[in-house]
Amino acid sequence: MRSARQIARRGLQLGPALTWWTVLLVVPVGLILAYSLFRRGTYGGVVYEFTLENFERVVDPIYLKVLWFSVRVALEATVVALLVGYPTAWFIATRPKRWRTFLLVLVVLPFWTSLLIRTYAWMVLLNDEGLINNTLESLGLIGSPLSLLYNEFAIVLGLVYGYLPLMVLPLYAAIERLGPDLREAAQDLGASGWRAFLTVTLPLTRSGVWAGCLFVFVPSLGNFIVPDLLGGGRSQMIGNLIQVQFLKARDWPFGATVALAVIALMTVVLLIQAWMNARDRREEVPGAV
Amino acid sequence: MRSDGGRHWASGAVFLATVAFLYLPIAVLIGLSFNASGLPTSWGGFTTGWYDRLFANDEILSAFRNTLIVAVCATAISVVIGTLLAFGLERTVRSRVLDAGSFVPMVIPDIVLAIALLSFYNLVFTQWMGVRLGLWSVILGHAVFGIAFVSAIVRTRLRHFDDSTVEASLDLGATELQTFRHVTLPQIAPGVIAGALVAFTLSLDEFVIAFFTAGTEVTFPIQVYSMVRFGVTPEINAAATIVVGFSLVLMLVAVRLRGQEDTA
Amino acid sequence: MTMIRTMRMRGRLATIAAAGAMATGLAACGSEIEEPTTSAGAATAAAETEAPATEKGTLTISNWDAYTPEGLIPAFEKETGIKVKMAKHATNEEIMGKLDAADGGGYDLVFVSGPFAQALHKRGWAAPIDESKVPNLKNLYPEATELGYDPGNQYSVPYTWGTTGLCYRSDLVSEKPDSWNDLLDPADDVKGKTTMLATDRWLLLPALKQLGYSANTTDEGELEEARDLLLKTKDTLLAYDDTTFYSKLVSGEASLVEAWDGWCNYGIAENDDIEFVVPEEGSDLWVDAMVVLESSENKDAAYEFINWVLRPDSGASVVELLTYKVPNKAAMDELDPALVEQFPNLGMDPAELLQQESLQDLGDGQPTWSRIVTEITS
Repeated sequence: MRSARQIARRGLQLGPALTWWTVLLVVPVGLILAYSLFRRGTYGGVVYEFTLENFERVVDPIYLKVLWFSVRVALEATVVALLVGYPTAWFIATRPKRWRTFLLVLVVLPFWTSLLIRTYAWMVLLNDEGLINNTLESLGLIGSPLSLLYNEFAIVLGLVYGYLPLMVLPLYAAIERLGPDLREAAQDLGASGWRAFLTVTLPLTRSGVWAGCLFVFVPSLGNFIVPDLLGGGRSQMIGNLIQVQFLKARDWPFGATVALAVIALMTVVLLIQAWMNARDRREEVPGAV
Repeated sequence: MRSDGGRHWASGAVFLATVAFLYLPIAVLIGLSFNASGLPTSWGGFTTGWYDRLFANDEILSAFRNTLIVAVCATAISVVIGTLLAFGLERTVRSRVLDAGSFVPMVIPDIVLAIALLSFYNLVFTQWMGVRLGLWSVILGHAVFGIAFVSAIVRTRLRHFDDSTVEASLDLGATELQTFRHVTLPQIAPGVIAGALVAFTLSLDEFVIAFFTAGTEVTFPIQVYSMVRFGVTPEINAAATIVVGFSLVLMLVAVRLRGQEDTA
Repeated sequence: MTMIRTMRMRGRLATIAAAGAMATGLAACGSEIEEPTTSAGAATAAAETEAPATEKGTLTISNWDAYTPEGLIPAFEKETGIKVKMAKHATNEEIMGKLDAADGGGYDLVFVSGPFAQALHKRGWAAPIDESKVPNLKNLYPEATELGYDPGNQYSVPYTWGTTGLCYRSDLVSEKPDSWNDLLDPADDVKGKTTMLATDRWLLLPALKQLGYSANTTDEGELEEARDLLLKTKDTLLAYDDTTFYSKLVSGEASLVEAWDGWCNYGIAENDDIEFVVPEEGSDLWVDAMVVLESSENKDAAYEFINWVLRPDSGASVVELLTYKVPNKAAMDELDPALVEQFPNLGMDPAELLQQESLQDLGDGQPTWSRIVTEITS
């Protein structure tokens, strides 16, 4: 039986967020997604004739190819970001307390400058006569320029670069909480450095890992700047596709359908994670570290 | 020292490499901001002329000011509502649906959210209430995803929160307010700070939602995207350099202030 | 106290403290909300410090960045007393998207390309041009009133125009190009050093013209032929590039690119080995035009603005700033011959320009185009 206090607390904690999202997210986006059931007008706009043709269109092999490419590239970027981001976050979290915020901000600072400008800077760095190729050639490490631009390598690099802080920050929050005592305790009990890490530290930072991966994977999927500039426009990703439908093709119904497909897929992933979360929590002893 | 010193060495190396990676393009654009040639592909000699042009350019300066206003406000709202939500999801309610749902705002493609918000604003605010769109409408939109990010990060902090410390504090006679201030808050603070940094960073450079919902207002990303018609001029690079410099100064000041009150 | 009670109290305190902080934060940020408008004239953005609006009102315009000469707007404001608020868009599609979502509202006048002006008209958002209020229309070339997307300039007024062609480094190519084939099936010394425009209309243009089809075709068979041709070309391309292709030419990263004539001039300004040619198969005629929106509450000010832009001195300054051609005969006649010598395509005869195909909105064919483009670029 819930007391009035409990209900009030629930309301105060969940209320603002849920209201904000209902009014400014669920309703507006729901209306747009509903367009997927209608037709495009000849010059854009929506004709309110019910049809399922958009859903038939979206399973065309070309769009599945774009989706597969996007998922693959986003996964590559996420893995790289995790491999780079975890040690980075670890390093920051294990510094003396007064250094931590400074180091965090140091990592985040570049991202307060426009990503577009920095992406153009990467184009200058990566092209055949750019700084990187020039340096490698003058050091004698390569004979002819490496193809670093307008390909998948450049896209993954651009995505990792663009979203790395989103990986580092949640990882930091999770690792920092652990404290040195826990790591030391695991080792005192006989586990070697690596084993302690894999069996104790990593599982305990799992929620941070999940958040970081999500924060990198999802925006990577929807990014359209990086494939356009660093990819040379040679490989479309889902973000481009949706953008094109809404803006270039002025085909809101079909754009809504593609968006709906992506959102549905991601929601399934989120629900799976939520399920696993709930299972973990049931297993934990309340109050223990 | 502690026995995981070996891993520290490796993580330190990765950290340095990461910082180098992150700042390499920054170094490039700082260099280019002094390039007398307008094109990034050829060096035309050193000049500070672009900075003069920049400071005379009211549009860029006011765009930057607008962006700061939007980012600070959106972050403030996101931190408060997001932290509340985190408490709610970790403590009060055990709902898998809400758990998944709290991540959904991140999963919506930004063009969809932007167009949805504009259509909605148009209906409710412009046509019905006669209110013009401006920075406020951008702030509302940025908070939509900001709340989700803050909540996700603070929740990782709350996940294994040690209630016994709070209980001990209350048993020892502290009031609830004191307990919150001195026991709860410090423990979740790193999460809140990290969440605030994420929300702030995302808002600063956010273009799509800002473009669609700012009415005739111009934020810095909007200005930059529109100027890039000709590729990136040294003037834009100068603006970016100023941003970096300004942020660096701000950060050093903040660190100085914190260093004075923190103990090791 | 029991554990349950402490938990409840702690939670409540946290929420109350947070709610207080939120209220303060919102109050501070809430001051950004505009007051309700009564007329376009009364409302100006709070963040700007501008001269106060006069009774003649405010004109809200959306345009590409740096697309009007610097002195034009201040001179206009001074002469007419109308206040101009300039918003920016980087592409046609963006401003169309905004207008779509806002049901044709939010602006008095927009600069868009021809096919988009046509779409605005078909959606019912473009106001007819009141010729009595724009006497300077007489300054236009007669050819500028026969544009395919809006014959007679009934709802739009052209601002700049031009064509698309091949822009190349004459010192880096062994033979001067004169056909789209030189780009679509490049010679060995040029392979890997070519770019094409990324926007759908201009991406397909070279292939369609090479195959002898219309640039406005919606025939699926024709489009698929073009697609197959372009897929072969893709392997020889450096990149698809809408914005930095001319700087690639200047640096030598590319030696032959598909370019709009005005943009090729930006490259010519930096390196006079660069030349422009319209391929023999023909090309498009693109136009950027001014459209007054039906939702505007200040159409008279918009007409005055258009009239101002059509002045000879305004037109001449546009050419000087953008190195684009303008359809303003009075302005082109006044042009400095040295400018035409440096940028030969400025001297293109309007009659010759009209031989190119005017781009129009694709109507129901747009989704097919988009799919074809996806097939090429993915």
